[in-house]
Formats: sequence, C-alpha cells, structure tokens
Amino acid sequence: MSTIGYESWAVDLADVSAIYPFQGWEMPMTIIGVIFWLAWHRIQFVREGQHLEEARKMGEKEKIDKMLERY
Amino acid sequence: MDGNLDALTTVFTEFYYWVTVVFMFLIHVGFCMYEVGASRARNHMHTLMKNIMIIPLVTVTFFFFGWWIYWAFPDFWVFGGSIDFEAGAANLPWSENMATNLDDRITGVFWAAFLLFSWTAASIVSGSVIERIRSSALWVHAVLIGSVFWIIDAAWGWHYGGWMVQKLGYHDAYASGVIHAIAGGYALGVIMVLGPRIGKFAKDGTPRDIPPHNPWMLTIGIFLIYTGFWGFYAACNVPAISPEAIGGQITGTTWTATNIYLAPTSLSAITFNFLMSLSGGLMAAYVVSKGDAFWTFSGGLAGVITASAGNDLYHPIQAMIIAAIGVVIVYNLHYWVERKFKLDDAVGAVAVHGYAGFVGLVISGFVLWGAPSSPYEGYAAINPVGQFLGAVIMFFVLGFLPGFIVAKLQSMAGVLRIPEEVELQGLDYAEHHAYEDAKAAIIEADKAALAAKS
Repeated sequence: MSTIGYESWAVDLADVSAIYPFQGWEMPMTIIGVIFWLAWHRIQFVREGQHLEEARKMGEKEKIDKMLERY
Repeated sequence: MDGNLDALTTVFTEFYYWVTVVFMFLIHVGFCMYEVGASRARNHMHTLMKNIMIIPLVTVTFFFFGWWIYWAFPDFWVFGGSIDFEAGAANLPWSENMATNLDDRITGVFWAAFLLFSWTAASIVSGSVIERIRSSALWVHAVLIGSVFWIIDAAWGWHYGGWMVQKLGYHDAYASGVIHAIAGGYALGVIMVLGPRIGKFAKDGTPRDIPPHNPWMLTIGIFLIYTGFWGFYAACNVPAISPEAIGGQITGTTWTATNIYLAPTSLSAITFNFLMSLSGGLMAAYVVSKGDAFWTFSGGLAGVITASAGNDLYHPIQAMIIAAIGVVIVYNLHYWVERKFKLDDAVGAVAVHGYAGFVGLVISGFVLWGAPSSPYEGYAAINPVGQFLGAVIMFFVLGFLPGFIVAKLQSMAGVLRIPEEVELQGLDYAEHHAYEDAKAAIIEADKAALAAKS
C-alpha cells in the first residue's frame, strides 16, 4: 500500500497524472486548510485587540514626547 | 553533443544549474546580513569575516576532496559495501572532468550546486556561535561540516545509489535532513561545549533576550535566504531526463524532471509546495510567537525546512499543514532546550534548521508511507522507521557527535572560545581603534595641507 497510489515507478509516465498522497481527499484537505486560515484571522484579531487595549494604558508622557521628536 | 536534441538538453541543463548557483549565492548573503544584524556593533566585522571566509575555505576543500566523497561513499562499509574508487575517480581534483573540458559540460555546474549547499551547512553553524567563538575554530568546523560530514550524508541519503535510500527507503528530496538536520545537530554539539555569551543567563538561570542590533538587516537577510532557498529547490532537481537515461524501471519515452533520486516530480509541484509551506510556517510562527517579528520570519524558513523532505510529492495543503505543525514543535522545543540546558543558540539555528529538519523527516515517513523511494528495483519504500532512523543519523550521528567531539578537543586545547576580556570589549575593538586612529591621522594631514596652501 502506498499513500501516493504507486508502489513502484515501473510505469509509463505518459499514463501518470496526480502523484500526491491521499488522492480523493482533496475536499477535506481544502476544508482543513480553510479552517486553518480562518482560525488564524480569528486568533490574530482577538490578540491584536487585547494588545492595543493594553498598549493604550502603557505610554508615559515623557517617553511619548521623545518618540514624537524622534519622528 | 551528437544531435541537436542532445546539445539542447546538455546546454539547458548546464544553464539551469548555473542559474540555481547564482540564486543560491543569496543564501550566503542573507546569512551574512542576518548574523551581522543579530550581533552587537562591537562584533560586526569579525562576525562578517567569520562567515565570509567560509566561502573560500569550503570551496577549495570541496574541490580537493568533498566532491570525491559524494561519488565514492554511497555504499561505504555499511551492508558490505566499500569505497567506490571507480565512481570517485572522475571527481578527483586531478581528473580531466574537474576542469575545462568540452566533453563534460555538467560536472562544473553540478559540483557548484552541491558546493553552495556546503556553504549553507557551514553558515548555519556559524550563526549559532557568534560573538564568542574564535574564527580559527569555526573555520575548522566549517570545513568539517561543509566538505566532510554533510557530503558523507549526501552520499548515503541523497544519492540515487545511497545505502540509506536502498535499505531504509530514506527520502529527503529538498534536504530537511541532509542539510538542515545535520547542520542544526552539529551546531548543537558545538554550542554545548562553547557555552553561552556573557549575560545570556541571569544568576538564577533565567535566559535573557539579546536583541538584534539592526532588525532591518535581519529582515532583508532572511528574505534573501528565502530567495536563495527557492533556487536551492530547483538545484535539487534534475530538470529534464529520459527514462532511458535514468535506466530504472520507468517505461515509455516520456521525459520528466526528477528529484535527486531520479524519481519523477516537476518544477511546478515544488513551486506550489515551497510557497504553501512558507506560508504555513509564517502563519503558525506568527501565532505561536505572539507576533514576534523575527520568530515569524524564521518560522517561514522552518516551515519550508519541515516540509522539504517530501515537497516533491506532497499536495500543497499538506505542505502548508506540515509546515505549520513543524513550526509549533520547533518553537516550543527551542525555549524548552534553552531553559533546561542553558544553551545559547544566538540565531535560533539549531531550532529552525535542526529540529525542523528532524521533525520534517519523521512526518514525511507517515505521509509518504509506501511510496517508492527510487525508480530502481529492489529499493525499500518510504516508511516511518526508515525516516526516523535517517533523522537520527543526520542529526545525531553525522551532526551532533562530530560537532561535540571536535569542539571538545578545541576547548581542551584552549582554542575554541575568545578570552572573556575580548568578549566584553568586543571582537572589533582593535580594528575599531586602528580605524579611528587612521581617520584622525588623515583628517590632520588634510588640515595641514589646507593650511599650507593658505
């Protein structure tokens, strides 16, 4: 048994098309990929909100002035 | 070159490898920028020089014996094999093939492609040890990893006749193990003996971050490494070859690109997978490092490295997910090792290259289980046990052990680490003062000349 559908390369390559593992599972793999992408946005969205909320309370006036001067 | 087709194929192949070599030069430029950006201002020139001199030292030694090792060692002593003097003969420095020769237009560019991998292996080690290793010690390690140990592993596991491919079904198309795991393992062996930079750990053992002096240099450096890595991917392929020329089990007359084992793949496949694994690595690293810029950039690299073993065959979504999984493991392992063993891996090279390469090999054993490792008959199929053993051979046997032993010998001889006073004042102290003195002298001379005229 081979995950790519070929156990040897004793074939005519003219007859070969897809050679990736788990052929037939493209749709579930796509769903997993899309979940990964959307989860990334969700995690990033929440974390950035928390970070900005914390950051707005962090600044000391003297240091902020210096940052503004620094350009 | 008998006929037009033969001539075209030969010249195309020659030009193809030449282009990859030029692209791969960017890896070294990137490593230099990354190291200098990560080091503190008082160590810049030494850090740069340490990495630059890897180029000539590994080049000449790879010409003298490294390339011969690749062709002579695929069987070696394991399983009754021996050194293949016949195959090695054409690749000795005094062979006609290793020179200007109109009857062999490929050896030079193929040698150069492998040589650029050698620089990379040495440069990976160089990054871990910045700001406290003696250049003389590092350059010995560079020659050993670049022209001896990595090329032994290439002969064993990255050659169409390598014993690891035949017996273990070892599969490592874009060098998760043969470049990255071995170099990361080697770096780990060296830094275990070398010790951390002054100030890296607080008295209670808590690790301190030593921030990069120039974040922009790091950023551009790693982007150049990405670019060069893309060229590296192309360099790992044979661009166009007929079944007849392969001489294996493939039937028919359809030409194909192949991986280093002469098994079919395509440039298109690896382009998909390079970009998707880069993306998976970047996304996972951003999340796991909570948006740390440098871990995110390095995570892109670690993602590609994790997926590289099987990126000739993976589906792009598999490459993305595998890259993401690898990055999460690598990131956590890096900090666990740092805290537990008090190791100072200055640029995270052991993690990004070593752990990622190791993990990538293990994962590929499951995902590619049962796939043929070679177009030749009688070879073991790709399998989890073979890939795990391969990872151990790359990381520990050919990487960690030699690095540790040689560093130990250097340490015992007192030639591994710079003196503490020099580490504190900076490696560039003497050069910096000479520069300032020269500057002052020439300004004085110019002023005197001006005064004499008026």
